[in-house]
Amino acid sequence: MASESLAPSGQLLRQRRIELIVRSSLSVVGLVSVVVTIAIVASLLLPTLEFFSEISIAEFFTSKVWAPLFNPPRFGVLPLVTGTFLVMSVAVILAVPCGLGAAFYLSEYASPRLRKVVKPVLEVLAGIPTVVLGFFALNFVNPQVVQKFWPIGDVGTFSALSAGLVVGVAILPLMASLAEDAMSAVPNSLRDGALALGATRREVCTGVIFPAALSGIVAAVVLAFSRAIGETTIALMAAGSNPRFTLNPGNGVQTMASFIGFAGIGDQPTGSTGYKTIFAVGSLLFIITFLLNILSIRVVRRFREAYE
Amino acid sequence: MNLEAISPAAPPLGHKIASSRLWRDRIFRSILLLSIAVALLTLFTLLIDTFLEGRPRLNGALLENMPSGRPARAGLQSAIFGSLWLVGITSLVSLPLGVGTAIFLEEYAPKNSRYIRLIELNIQNMAGVPSVVFGILGLAFIARGPLSWGFTVRTGAMVLTILVLPLVIIASREAIRAVPPSIRDGSLALGATQWQTIWRQVLPAAVPGIATGSILSASRALGESAPLLLLGALSFVTFNPTSLDSGYTVLPLLIFKYASDAKAEFHVVAAAAIIVLLVVLLAMNATAILVRNRFQKRL
Repeated sequence: MASESLAPSGQLLRQRRIELIVRSSLSVVGLVSVVVTIAIVASLLLPTLEFFSEISIAEFFTSKVWAPLFNPPRFGVLPLVTGTFLVMSVAVILAVPCGLGAAFYLSEYASPRLRKVVKPVLEVLAGIPTVVLGFFALNFVNPQVVQKFWPIGDVGTFSALSAGLVVGVAILPLMASLAEDAMSAVPNSLRDGALALGATRREVCTGVIFPAALSGIVAAVVLAFSRAIGETTIALMAAGSNPRFTLNPGNGVQTMASFIGFAGIGDQPTGSTGYKTIFAVGSLLFIITFLLNILSIRVVRRFREAYE
Repeated sequence: MNLEAISPAAPPLGHKIASSRLWRDRIFRSILLLSIAVALLTLFTLLIDTFLEGRPRLNGALLENMPSGRPARAGLQSAIFGSLWLVGITSLVSLPLGVGTAIFLEEYAPKNSRYIRLIELNIQNMAGVPSVVFGILGLAFIARGPLSWGFTVRTGAMVLTILVLPLVIIASREAIRAVPPSIRDGSLALGATQWQTIWRQVLPAAVPGIATGSILSASRALGESAPLLLLGALSFVTFNPTSLDSGYTVLPLLIFKYASDAKAEFHVVAAAAIIVLLVVLLAMNATAILVRNRFQKRL
């Protein structure tokens, strides 16, 4: 009797089998993301190596002319780098202070009722497709704002400034929500202690919350940089597709990401040097954003350790 | 004499400091409000400007007509169907994959293994890769190269799936983690196996969170344009997709096409198409927010 009840019944065996199947198939599913990353790296690496066997690394990083699809082609990536730098700088200069300000207000000043209204609106802004923002930059921001108020030189149909401003608006909600998360994670006792000692709300923000949430805020800023560098459609629509070596944001420029989109539209024949430039520039873009993302994740990890 | 200088008529020193500190607080507060205003004003300007520009073309013909070289007859039909195909397939594939990965990481995976930490870091990083890079992957591996599926619905949907997968995983993990451990312990204590516990207790409780995450990922897929630029979706398509191997275009890229056209009449069509896209997206986001709010109240 006793030995009979200890032996696993048929149903129990079946359950164990199901358990084994589920466990192993789920661990295979878990591998998908790793496979994708390996595929990304492989797809970038091979054509990039071929590209650099044809074009010298020195020319790529020092020549100031980017005309890969022209005859004769020129492969200096610097105009794309300065173009990316211009759009990114404008975007970050707008998004970081405004995002931080919005986060401070929502976390430290706003009443629960106001938060309930403002947060969903920011989420809606975060959900606006980039093609819509690009249209807004091209059709409203450039003619109505940049062309009227930019003091240096004439502004054409395209400008790095209009693209940068709108990219800034696009990353502002992300910046605000990440910074606010970091601020809400600061224990209430710190806030209450400072207020009880007679500090004003502003002094709590700048003297207590900001230093306590600093690593989370830094991570948000780094991520904002990464997003601004990788933004493609807005830059392509509003900054144009003329790779120009310039530091005047009133000019139209091409960024690394918008070049990839632009060259992709052209449907380059596989194996041509024009086709391989997509991958060379893509590698550069991937490496830069990858390093920024890792930096941001690292900073957040350290921040978590401080409070848990 | 000196004593008179600090007579009671002058306000006490402490009061002066307090009032200047209060003023600084007020100024600080207004600057903060201003930064929120920047975001809100931009959003409202965008909505109003687009609505005013697109209103003349906002009619049934816009939805029914196919894309055309003549602005007066240009419509969105093939792009609407293309978007439905891509977003539909993307959701169908990314939901089981994403939820499966989330269950594995939350319920089965050993918490301290190096391998698991690598997967987690990898997912976080994938969520931050610029979307155009996924287009490069699609071009090199899926449209051409090893898979060579060409510029088809299948290729576009696969790339969008890879793109939204990290979002589905992250949202599902949070939803699963939010299920109280007591529910799991109770189920296991009654003799259920781990999978029975997950399938009958954990997943049902996590459904609202997973639903919110998948609606938001679907809306991300619907609005995405950059990777599809490299995958042939910008071509002039005047037919609806009929299978996974059809050519296609999608709403965001048709908007891109109309907006970059030299003829200003096309910009009106682009604005009208944007209104259509935004209405669908807002409805999706509102659903997600409603689901989430109901869920939060119950906990």
